[in-house]
Amino acid sequence: MPLTPERIEEKLRERFPDVAFERQRGEAVRDFTLYLPADALVDVCTYLRDERECSFTMLSWMGGADYLPRVPRFECVYSLLSIPHAARFTLKVRVPEENPRVPTVTGVWPTANWHEREAYDFYGITFTGHPDLTRILLPEDWVGWPLRKDSPLGYEEVAFTHNTPGRMKPSPALKKLAPKKVRYRAQ
Amino acid sequence: MTLNMGPQHPSTHGVLRVALELDGENVVACKPVIGYLHTGMEKQAEYKTYTQSIPQTDRMDYLAPLSNNLALCLAAEKLLGVTVPERVQAIRVLLTELTRISAHCVWLGTHAIDIGALTVFWYCFREREKVLSIYDMVCGARMTASYFRVGGLAMDIPEGFLERCEKFVREMPKHIDEYESLLTKNPIWLARTKGVAPLSAADAIAWGVTGPSLRGSRVRWDLRQAEPYSGYETYDFEVPMGTNGDAYDRFQVRVAEMRQSTRIAEQAIARVRKLGEKGEYRLRDFKYVLPPKEEVKTSMEALIHHFKIVAHGFFPPVGEAYQAIEAPKGELGFYFVSDGSARPWRMKIRSPSFVNLQALPVMVQGKLVADVIAAIGSIDIVLGEIDR
Amino acid sequence: MTKPDPRAFRTLAGSAPAPAAKPDLVMPTGPMSDADRFREELEKGILFTTVSSLVNWARANAIWPLGFGLACCAIEMMAIAGPRFDVSRFGAEVFRGSPRQADLMIVAGRVSIKMAPVLRQLYDQMPDPKWVIAMGACSSCGGVFNNYAILQGVDKIVPVDVYVPGCPPRPEGLIHGIMKLQEKILSSKIELGPIPRKKKRVTRPQAGPGAA
Repeated sequence: MPLTPERIEEKLRERFPDVAFERQRGEAVRDFTLYLPADALVDVCTYLRDERECSFTMLSWMGGADYLPRVPRFECVYSLLSIPHAARFTLKVRVPEENPRVPTVTGVWPTANWHEREAYDFYGITFTGHPDLTRILLPEDWVGWPLRKDSPLGYEEVAFTHNTPGRMKPSPALKKLAPKKVRYRAQ
Repeated sequence: MTLNMGPQHPSTHGVLRVALELDGENVVACKPVIGYLHTGMEKQAEYKTYTQSIPQTDRMDYLAPLSNNLALCLAAEKLLGVTVPERVQAIRVLLTELTRISAHCVWLGTHAIDIGALTVFWYCFREREKVLSIYDMVCGARMTASYFRVGGLAMDIPEGFLERCEKFVREMPKHIDEYESLLTKNPIWLARTKGVAPLSAADAIAWGVTGPSLRGSRVRWDLRQAEPYSGYETYDFEVPMGTNGDAYDRFQVRVAEMRQSTRIAEQAIARVRKLGEKGEYRLRDFKYVLPPKEEVKTSMEALIHHFKIVAHGFFPPVGEAYQAIEAPKGELGFYFVSDGSARPWRMKIRSPSFVNLQALPVMVQGKLVADVIAAIGSIDIVLGEIDR
Repeated sequence: MTKPDPRAFRTLAGSAPAPAAKPDLVMPTGPMSDADRFREELEKGILFTTVSSLVNWARANAIWPLGFGLACCAIEMMAIAGPRFDVSRFGAEVFRGSPRQADLMIVAGRVSIKMAPVLRQLYDQMPDPKWVIAMGACSSCGGVFNNYAILQGVDKIVPVDVYVPGCPPRPEGLIHGIMKLQEKILSSKIELGPIPRKKKRVTRPQAGPGAA
């Protein structure tokens, strides 16, 4: 029988009865998503990977998201893929702003290494137990977490003639090359 | 000895830095350092509407621009909960497969140049020029096409497009035979790629590798057949697989994929001919998709919809969606979180090369330093996609 | 009867004949003199020019680019090395791997802030004379990407000679840029060593009244 997300939720609730799973509601939430607390993350992931009926052996991707006015502010999204069953499953962990720490899942799926470094680089979420938590896409000495909602885009004002006071104007000699203005005179 | 294969290097396919620890010629440790092309696309997408982010995606995997466009459009369409008409799907499939052929051509040319076979580069670029002329014909730009839109295409296909595609598809298998005659049984090629950079199936899955690199390690996983999108379930094609997971197998898989792509493209051309050479090229859902220009000039409602969509963008429902496609490099996916406004709250790009490159240290551990070059070439990375 | 040719009247009338056309070449009247023979030999195989034109001509027609493809523009740069837009007609098909052997840096692609110091270091490593082409919109001015991660124009860190707009510029556009650079090189002044100073004339000591 095909592995449905509801079946996976049932198995998880059965196996981890004291973990507070929560299904994400919303009419346009197109993928089945479960919220879970950060401390249960590694155990749940190990179970999902090793359990034969689930066998989510691949972590497709992991990303962070910032929902600024909301508390807790950040979220980590884990998208799992099961190749034998051709099924996907999404887990989410809510991360508070004051103490943005999440246990690492590099022990479960080694591929999480760079995904977690990227989430650290963009949002400043610390992954406890990560072998090498350094910036990956931005220079090592960059200060700030660029993808947070309160970080600026870094837009540079484009220089036009109307907003550039000290610009180089063309020399008067060039004016001679300008074509003469021709006025239309109706005959 | 520490050797730095710096960001500027003829064989790193872009600005990749690999810090190698060598013991003589053997690699003790290998650490890829990325970020030299970081463009801030995910941050920039939060300030642009969905349609305005489509040109950004061209610049991600710049060897297969239409694939990236397709991934974004499919993810946005999944978020909106709409499906495009069948004719649009067929045109998208046709162009995506031509893109796959051209991306593999560049891969083969550059991989061969790294290893030393210079002639293949010129042959492959000759074919790529034909595909680029086809892009030029359909949307005006050679490389950064941005031809797909959320809900359809930017404009209808021009006259003569299908004949041009047919001619290309008819001649391509002969050219693939040429490439194979240069490389497949070539003893130097075999010595440089057979047994080089092996990746076992378990390792590949643990490290999240997808695409031809995964199939070279004998794992049958192709999103076109496993999680079909855009009508792929109705096309008849095979998914080539390798046996050992070394660089030679990945080469074989990609060349066979080029052949399969011509097969799919032929079927797609026949389908477009059947559904009409001129016809609907956009979904008729004016809340999200621009109405046809003829109606905009005659109907008031269409004019209002057009104005709203162009001036403000379309407003998807509050929610999120992730849609992945089988890009030439692997699983390319877009994850959109929408807060109901015209700009996405979060756009996350799952790029295949970012994940595949992580497996590089596993592939070259204990091997020779020349194998690192062959390995980087055989994984087929594009730095634009890795660094976004 | 057709109108008679006015020139014919003169000849028919037997007046002075029409002036003979001045000959372009003087037919030699006898064996060549030594000086003439020497001059003919010279003209066959020797070219007369100035050192600066010669050097500029050599520099312009053998520009060796540094293989510095960063992003999408790099693919169009590879396309000019390809068979359809052959750049080896301009002597530029050898894309050198090392900056020490290159004289043209084509900045093909967007320059991120992590890459900027590397770019400057590569520029410094190139020996003189060196030129820079900013290929594409991203290296000219930041292009599509106006955000924290991309340098808004490579001319913030290196001096640029030619800007080639486009996203990416067609290979013909880049070749046009290379040809513009060739024009710039051909019309540039070159310096051949230290600038000679006017030496002060050394006055020889005058012979005294007592000398012979």
